[in-house]
Amino acid sequence: MSGRIVHIASNTFREAVRDRVLYNLIAFALLLSGAAILVGQISIDIEKLVVINLGLTAVSLFGVVIAIFIGIGLVSKEIEKRTLYTVLSRPVRRWEFIVGKFFGLAGTLVVNTFFMAIGVFGALLYVAHRFNKPDAWVLVALYFIILQFLMICALGLLFSSFSSPLLSAVFAFALFVIGSFAEDLRGFAAMAHGVSRWLATGAAYLVPNFSALNVISSVAHEQAVSGQLIWYNTGYALLYAAMALCGAVLIFEHRDLK
Amino acid sequence: MAAIEIIGLEKTYSVGFWRKRPKRALLPLQLAVEEGEIFGFLGPNGAGKTTTLKLLMGLVFPTSGSARILGMEWSDPRVKAQIGFLPEQPYFYDYLTARELLEYYAQLSGVPAKDRRPRVEAVLHRVGLPDVGGVQLRKFSKGMLQRVGIAQAILHEPRVVFLDEPMSGLDPMGRREVRDLMEQLKHEGKTVFFSTHILADAEALCDRVAIIHLGELRGVGVVADLTSSVHGRVEMVWQGTVVPLSIRALGAECHVTGDTVRAVLAEENQDAAIETLRREHLRLISVIPVRASLEDYFVQKLKPEEKMAGVTA
Repeated sequence: MSGRIVHIASNTFREAVRDRVLYNLIAFALLLSGAAILVGQISIDIEKLVVINLGLTAVSLFGVVIAIFIGIGLVSKEIEKRTLYTVLSRPVRRWEFIVGKFFGLAGTLVVNTFFMAIGVFGALLYVAHRFNKPDAWVLVALYFIILQFLMICALGLLFSSFSSPLLSAVFAFALFVIGSFAEDLRGFAAMAHGVSRWLATGAAYLVPNFSALNVISSVAHEQAVSGQLIWYNTGYALLYAAMALCGAVLIFEHRDLK
Repeated sequence: MAAIEIIGLEKTYSVGFWRKRPKRALLPLQLAVEEGEIFGFLGPNGAGKTTTLKLLMGLVFPTSGSARILGMEWSDPRVKAQIGFLPEQPYFYDYLTARELLEYYAQLSGVPAKDRRPRVEAVLHRVGLPDVGGVQLRKFSKGMLQRVGIAQAILHEPRVVFLDEPMSGLDPMGRREVRDLMEQLKHEGKTVFFSTHILADAEALCDRVAIIHLGELRGVGVVADLTSSVHGRVEMVWQGTVVPLSIRALGAECHVTGDTVRAVLAEENQDAAIETLRREHLRLISVIPVRASLEDYFVQKLKPEEKMAGVTA
């Protein structure tokens, strides 16, 4: 990786930290501590299931909100505030800027997820008093959540490279919601006929398949995640993020910064 | 070798939401700036100065034409290491301190790690901000941000410096300091290309100027040549508050200020006026030919365009 990408990424990370993005961890910690105490008092035998479900869903939602709201502003805010002018008038290529921004935001989300994961395991320990071997699958669910974040970051950057922050937020949220039901869309495509089938199949493969990356429920029920699914999801998420990033670069390379 | 060579650079934007229509921001521009000179790019607001600078920086893409900087194509990444740029009304990452920002820019400009810190400290000192390097930029005034902007433009010791309205937002002392800095850059052999609509700055600093209006280049020349043309009129100043009738009869425009009288009259009436003053026992202080100012040249170059206002197609 070029040194310039590293510098841009670390500056993006620093911006997120200084803009107090990681303060969401406080809200997350309060939510999880409260839930763990409450669940410990009202649930019988399903405390772990509730805590894992609630904890991982919270990790996912907090991260998605951060990924979308920072991702959509990564490029457009720099153009609007003209901070980009003094960066691109240096020996920095436009693709390096986009890739650096991506890694900066991805790094922020990984750090954020790391601290939230500590919270989830803390709550788990509080209600179960010890860890079991199947609890390790929680780590796989967290890994899939991070893969989701990478895809959302790249999509946010893609939208940010050609549209306003508001429209980018709408597009990104819409894609997140549709992508969470991607398996249903594929099921519908399989049942449809004629043109509808073609359209539904096209849409099903175009939208990000977030439902394949959601193993929260099965992990909460202590079900194992196959190695094949881990490899498939890793390849799929990285390829999808790379393609979205390439789209962002292609658009940004030809954009006039008025 | 010309430091900057602009060859038919042209920019047309598409404006409008539904029905796109072309708006010509810059008509084909032909211009050369020599190495080591301070070149002023003058024009009223909206003339096309910033568009030209953005084209040269690769921030917008030309509709046609090209440019060479230091003999290289302006899109060549190697050029960027040799140039510095101050945008108009600069805005920086305000969560950083001035020192952090300059270190970040030094990293992006490829300044070696061991040189970064001393280079940043030196440039902070040079722009008059040695004591506020550790302060976050969100606490800076407009004038201080302008100084940071100049600092980041010269930080990596570029050979060509582009400054878009560098005096904007500065108080008289700050403007003076920036003028001194630009002269220092010239003495160091650097080329300075700066845009402004403040003619006094251009007149005081520039070796040559170009005037642009409505996207079209209206004139280029050496400042001394542009301001040396004599109008055939002289300005006479004498002591006292008395204006003899015979001087008024010569068609002089007279103004009494304090205990002196300033009269502007035709050069051929100069001897008659001096004779009158001697006869009236009035003490003559000075007789100076009236020369064209840069402002006169500027106004003259802008006038014809008003008729063809609207380069927008």
